[in-house]
Amino acid sequence: MNKIGLIIWREYFERIRKKSFLVMSILGPVLVAAGFALMIWLSNADKTEQKVMVIDESMAFYKNLPDNDFVRFYYPDIKLPQAVKEFYKTDYTCILYIPYNVAQSSNSPVKLFYKKTPGFAVSQYLRDVMERKLYEFKLAANNINPDVIKNARQTIHLINEKIYENGDSKESKTDAISVIGFVCGLLIFVFLTIYGAQVMRSVMEEKTNRVVEIIVSSVRPFQLMIGKIIGIALVGVTQFLIWIVLSTILTGAVSATLLKKITADANIQKAQQEVVYKQGSNTNFKELQKTDSRLQAIEMISDLKGVDFTAIIICFFLYFIGGYLFYSALFAAVGSAIDSDSDTQQFIMPITLPLVIAYMMSISVMQNPEGNVAFWGSMIPFTSPVVMLVRLPTGVPMWQLITSLILLVAGFIFTTWIAGRIYRTGILMYGKKVTWKEMIKWITYKA
Amino acid sequence: MSLLSVQNVTKRYAKHIALKNVSIEVPEQCIFGLLGPNGAGKTSLIRVINQITAPDEGEILLNGKKLSSEDITHIGYLPEERGLYKKMKVGEQALYFARLKGMSKSDAMKELKVWFEKFEMVSWWNKKVEELSKGMQQKVQFIVTVIHNPKLLILDEPFSGFDPINANIIRNEILDLRKQGTTVIFSTHNMGSVEELCDNIALINKSEKILDGAVKEIRKAHRSNVYDINFKGNLMGFTNAMWTGAELLEKSSDGDIHDVRIKLVGNHKPNDLLQAVMQVAEINSFKEVIPSMNDIFIAKVNANQSSGSIEQVMGSQSNYTE
Repeated sequence: MNKIGLIIWREYFERIRKKSFLVMSILGPVLVAAGFALMIWLSNADKTEQKVMVIDESMAFYKNLPDNDFVRFYYPDIKLPQAVKEFYKTDYTCILYIPYNVAQSSNSPVKLFYKKTPGFAVSQYLRDVMERKLYEFKLAANNINPDVIKNARQTIHLINEKIYENGDSKESKTDAISVIGFVCGLLIFVFLTIYGAQVMRSVMEEKTNRVVEIIVSSVRPFQLMIGKIIGIALVGVTQFLIWIVLSTILTGAVSATLLKKITADANIQKAQQEVVYKQGSNTNFKELQKTDSRLQAIEMISDLKGVDFTAIIICFFLYFIGGYLFYSALFAAVGSAIDSDSDTQQFIMPITLPLVIAYMMSISVMQNPEGNVAFWGSMIPFTSPVVMLVRLPTGVPMWQLITSLILLVAGFIFTTWIAGRIYRTGILMYGKKVTWKEMIKWITYKA
Repeated sequence: MSLLSVQNVTKRYAKHIALKNVSIEVPEQCIFGLLGPNGAGKTSLIRVINQITAPDEGEILLNGKKLSSEDITHIGYLPEERGLYKKMKVGEQALYFARLKGMSKSDAMKELKVWFEKFEMVSWWNKKVEELSKGMQQKVQFIVTVIHNPKLLILDEPFSGFDPINANIIRNEILDLRKQGTTVIFSTHNMGSVEELCDNIALINKSEKILDGAVKEIRKAHRSNVYDINFKGNLMGFTNAMWTGAELLEKSSDGDIHDVRIKLVGNHKPNDLLQAVMQVAEINSFKEVIPSMNDIFIAKVNANQSSGSIEQVMGSQSNYTE
């Protein structure tokens, strides 16, 4: 094993074996899965059966509200004050009070009294059924056929298609797709900052430990720097892979156990809806809305199918590695120049600033993926790892992609070279407040 | 033939010159003292020899050949500021450093076993460095420095941080290594250990070498006709008798027994003086005072600083040895 290999091996295994690595690797996916489980649980938790006493002064809903699995309506002949007074003597869980003028004005509130707070789903259901009934009631009162309304509500499917000079054309994707790019860009931003800072801290530790002088009497400073950068990159990749695998397994397990019943329920509901929809009768506003959002989802999925995920994943790794090498070299240079944590701030700022700018750019790039900001942002190596990722899903011409990658490679060769020269002087420089001017001077020293 | 030959090496930094035309010859199998005040350029020279930095001018030969990156495996370096990875286990760390010096894993394990047993520290193997005491860490550091059997060993203040017992163990190991053929460059401010251990020295001050050679010869060359005499008799009569031939530097008396330190002046010989004083006093002992490395160091550095001389130092300070 050559010396860089040894250094990579040490940097890698020392980190992998740390308890914090194990904790992070397991905790990350567990948290994701737990969040997922919590979401599912929350959406089902409040579905304990509710016996709702309806006191309807308007008489618009009398014996007309549909029950579902967990809400049952009863219409006893009783006035509100008495019902409230005797509430605890009965086994009703809620009292739904509807004022006489509910159909005339939204200002007359419907009230729900309860013993134990009913869940969000219950309130949601009550509101839904009342709105629906009121809608039907008003249509009928005006002699309007619900089918007319259904026909009137025509949805428009807008497709964006770009035409190139050579006559080719390409459909561009919806906003939902550019979100994927944004998330990838954000991930790269986060990874570059976290692992760049790790490189810096590790360099600084070796310097303040004084262990560095022993190592550079065995290997060249540049070998040490490169070994460290690569070792830490491998740690990042390992953690990333563990997260992907564990998250998939865990969330898979969670959804398998928790979602089974729910999806089954949902399928029945959907089938019922479909029947209702086909019959044409009893079609209503809510269902129209539901069909709308279903259409949107289908549209999104078909768009997602059009996105080249392999290309995105490949580019993600290319830009992650390129951007990491570009920035971690700079972080290593800074780590070598400083003695103590307190000095880090003034040197870290100029390095993280371009990354933060890139992140801010990506918001405008998402809205306008072919503007000037997007173009230059995705070419300049300081911002390209983030900005190009945002642009990718909406389609980037091959020549731009290649130019950007070449510039990034040239960029990291340059920063690594500069950093190597600062590094080899910096690691042996103690007790001196370093300035930027001085660091630039170090670049010119003979090795 | 010298093992290491530093030829006219100059090293410049932005604002100052760290080494100015420095040449030293380190003979094979000797212990070579690299001396000089703080900031003189010793560490710069050591770093150049270790190829941590490159000289701006001049060159360095190891075994007659220009120093190359392969020579790293032939050099062992113990820096003054010690450093180990605090969180790493002792055994793994020693193995790592040995392998960085180019040893194979099995060779390194074999050698490490020998050293760990010799220093009675086998039980430390799985401990983290931060769990060890400072002296224990220093032992680990020493092993890491010599594990690859270097031809040239560079030790910067090797005894600092050791208690007298452990310092003695290390001292014996250094002498043992020399016997086995290792050449040692030894940088220290402890002049006592220089006289005890070093065959040759070089003195560096303000980036320049101002003195080098064999310790014995240097000390001989810096003799300055100073003698200690113990006699019985009258001190007044004694000083009158030596009169113009010598000057009295120091005296101490116990009844009519006197200790004096005198310096011969002009061309007077010890015998002339003895003849003169024997008339008035009964001489118990007469001995030449050879300057210590400490005196030579201070005198040389001061002379280099101002126009001071060895005589001034020897006159004003009474730290002669022997």
